[in-house]
Amino acid sequence: MKTPAHSETPTNRPDEAEVVLAARNVAKSYGAVHALKGVNFDVHRGQVTTLFGENGAGKSTLMKILSGVQQPTSGELLLEGKPVTFSSTVDARDRGISIIHQELSLAPNMNVRDNIFMGREIMGVTGVDFAEEERQARALMEELEEDIDPLTRVEDLRLGQQQIVEIARALSVKSRILIMDEPTSALSASEVEVLFGVIRDLKERGVSIVYISHHLEEALTITDHAVVLRDGEMTAYAPRNEIDLEWIVRNMVGENFDLGSPPEGHAFGAPALQLENLSVPANSGIGNAVEQLNLTVKAGEIVCIYGLMGAGRTEMMECVAGRTEATGGRILLHGEDISGLTIAQRIEAGLVLVPEDRQRDGLVQTMSVGRNLSLASIGNFTRGLLTSRRDEREIIDRSIREVTVKTDGPDAPIGSLSGGNQQKVVIGKMLATSPSVVLLDEPSRGIDIGAKAEVFRILADHARDGMAVVYSTSEVGECLAIAHRIIVMRRGQIAAEFTHDTTKEAIMAASGESLVA
Amino acid sequence: MSETTTTSAETAPAGKKSGFSIVHLLLEGRAFFALIAIIATFSFLSPNYATVSNFLIMSNHVAIFGLLALGMMLVILNGGIDLSVGSVLGLTGVFAGFLMQGVEIQSAGVILYPPVWAVVVMTIGLGAFVGLCNGVLIAYFRVPAFVATLGSLYVARGVALLMTNGLTFNNLRGDVSLDNTGFGWLGFNRLFGVPIGVIVLAIVAIVAGLVLSRTAFGRWLYSSGGNERAAELSGVPVKRVQVSVYVLSGMCAAIAGLVLSSQLTSAGPTAGTTYELTAIAAVVVGGASLMGGRGTVRGTLLGAFVIGFLSDGLVIIGVSSYWQTVFTGAVIVLAVMLNSIQYGGRRIGR
Repeated sequence: MKTPAHSETPTNRPDEAEVVLAARNVAKSYGAVHALKGVNFDVHRGQVTTLFGENGAGKSTLMKILSGVQQPTSGELLLEGKPVTFSSTVDARDRGISIIHQELSLAPNMNVRDNIFMGREIMGVTGVDFAEEERQARALMEELEEDIDPLTRVEDLRLGQQQIVEIARALSVKSRILIMDEPTSALSASEVEVLFGVIRDLKERGVSIVYISHHLEEALTITDHAVVLRDGEMTAYAPRNEIDLEWIVRNMVGENFDLGSPPEGHAFGAPALQLENLSVPANSGIGNAVEQLNLTVKAGEIVCIYGLMGAGRTEMMECVAGRTEATGGRILLHGEDISGLTIAQRIEAGLVLVPEDRQRDGLVQTMSVGRNLSLASIGNFTRGLLTSRRDEREIIDRSIREVTVKTDGPDAPIGSLSGGNQQKVVIGKMLATSPSVVLLDEPSRGIDIGAKAEVFRILADHARDGMAVVYSTSEVGECLAIAHRIIVMRRGQIAAEFTHDTTKEAIMAASGESLVA
Repeated sequence: MSETTTTSAETAPAGKKSGFSIVHLLLEGRAFFALIAIIATFSFLSPNYATVSNFLIMSNHVAIFGLLALGMMLVILNGGIDLSVGSVLGLTGVFAGFLMQGVEIQSAGVILYPPVWAVVVMTIGLGAFVGLCNGVLIAYFRVPAFVATLGSLYVARGVALLMTNGLTFNNLRGDVSLDNTGFGWLGFNRLFGVPIGVIVLAIVAIVAGLVLSRTAFGRWLYSSGGNERAAELSGVPVKRVQVSVYVLSGMCAAIAGLVLSSQLTSAGPTAGTTYELTAIAAVVVGGASLMGGRGTVRGTLLGAFVIGFLSDGLVIIGVSSYWQTVFTGAVIVLAVMLNSIQYGGRRIGR
């Protein structure tokens, strides 16, 4: 669906509120990957503009450009009507644009006052003028109507209060434009109310807000304008009073590129992977990320796990693969309990994980393409004490062919490959161990649509040969690609289960995406 | 994430362009070219430098540092550091001397004089034990490598001083009547004119080279040093690899300790002080990355020879030993600077 973006572009829709910051035809490419393809975007004085879009739609890239983290490849930014370029975040901040990241950038060991004035300490004759800083910090807190003592250490504050400190810091540099990236993702419902109160207050004082959120309905309650991005293009733009939830979802998801369909014509085999009442501790150490989860995947079946960030998908997969220990329940592989086995033993038994973050967990950047591909199957080409170069070469060549890696050769550095090809290397590495169960955590993250389709084709082919495939995604369109069954996870539990013939809206609703947290 | 991925894809091939090939070659083979330059310079300055006998003598010196550096390289490949090797060298030398003096078992009222081969085995065992302690502390108790091995630097040195009361074992020659002669063989004898120390270094280097390039362990080491999380998820026993490298480093230090005490026919408790720094320098000059995952046996040997030949050359042409220190320091800094130029462009945020 290619609605001509121009019919609704801001340039053709003059709004009554004054435009403080505008992006015109902003494009950003990373090598051959076009993250943004000519986006127009307006920020109105004293209003909230929300950016909607799936992961990889280009939201974060646009934010980085607006806040000076990166420069656009082409196009321009207009601040109060005048073209500007931001050389750095400090430059952008000096011109009144601040960004509050999803991961807060506070020093938890320091107090609120020191955090607010970090890097811009007020100097008196005898060094830092703490009294003046404290007075200003108190004034800011009063303005925000928050009862936070400036001398409290940040780590002693609740997450919502920490967010307020970030906002106070942005206000202390007289920010006129505040970019908030997923500010509510870690907040409780009451904290969200407090935050929204602060946002309304900021609007009255003429501060413009750029807001990003996955909680669509929540965002709709606060926003004045909606901008929808998809695959690096702006697909729709409208003021709040003309839109509803359904409009956003339709423009966000669109009609996706064909990512394939579930492989048919083969019967499922015996249960390959069974999770019984599985509980997995959260990374923070408090509570469980996965609670009493039950799931059975048969040989030859493809199961998609959909859920928001923090739904427990990654924790569940890492536990099944053996990286973390379960706090309860059992994991059965072909009917045998595998808890207690090491990762290497699970790989030997036929269970492998393709991790979510390929840079951090998937690739060894110091090794070549070939050595990355053969890393998990060293045992298969070791003869006695020494490795056999010929056998290794055979395994590598077969993998390169099988997962269609585009490379100069096995000796090319892994960093020379595109993101999609790197992802194929990680998948190929695990497939080279001839697994019977494959878990893939967000296999399509950060790769282009063509590579996505190929990854899914590889998985479908293997499922036809009897491999059990479990993949997770946070892009709803990908659930409907090759999965026979779609499991929606929410807060560590299975919220709903669908077959292939469901709709995107039903899946999103079950994930809690459109509900207030 | 797509951002980091694709930027690295952009920058990496730059080094492969043909226009850069000469610079690239010089950069890749810098330790080799440095060695050539050092030999050429000193041959020009002193007629005694470029003689076979001098090369063999210098190589015998290099053997000590080379052995330490090989062990150190394994640790550095893993992304760690082993500060204890100098002390372990001293401790194992003293331990070997202690065994050679005879072990008195008071309850039985006898003094045992173990044969030289048993002394060698036990000494290497002691080095392995110190390495094992380091490795277990680092891998399982999560003590930072710098701190754990700094601790064993002190402990090993202290134990060596305690064992001798600060004195030196001078009688390492053994006695024919006790059937424990031959300790001096390691340090003094020559095989086909080549000092045994150099041959030991060559054997250890060949074994290390084979292990690194042709065994599963070698692959595990490179991968866990390059990206421990990825290696772990690929089934690499990262903890065992981590412990092993410290054990191997300890064993290398023990071998070096044996060779040195044999060369000196005495075992002093202060032998090998600050040698760990020379070993680290050799590894770094040899092009290994202190972040782990990059480094070769060949490079490390070259690094050891560069440092050894440089300081011996300065001695031969009569430069003050204070200047030697200055030169060595400059070479190390230069090497690390070139390292960052070589690897800097490809670094991916960790």
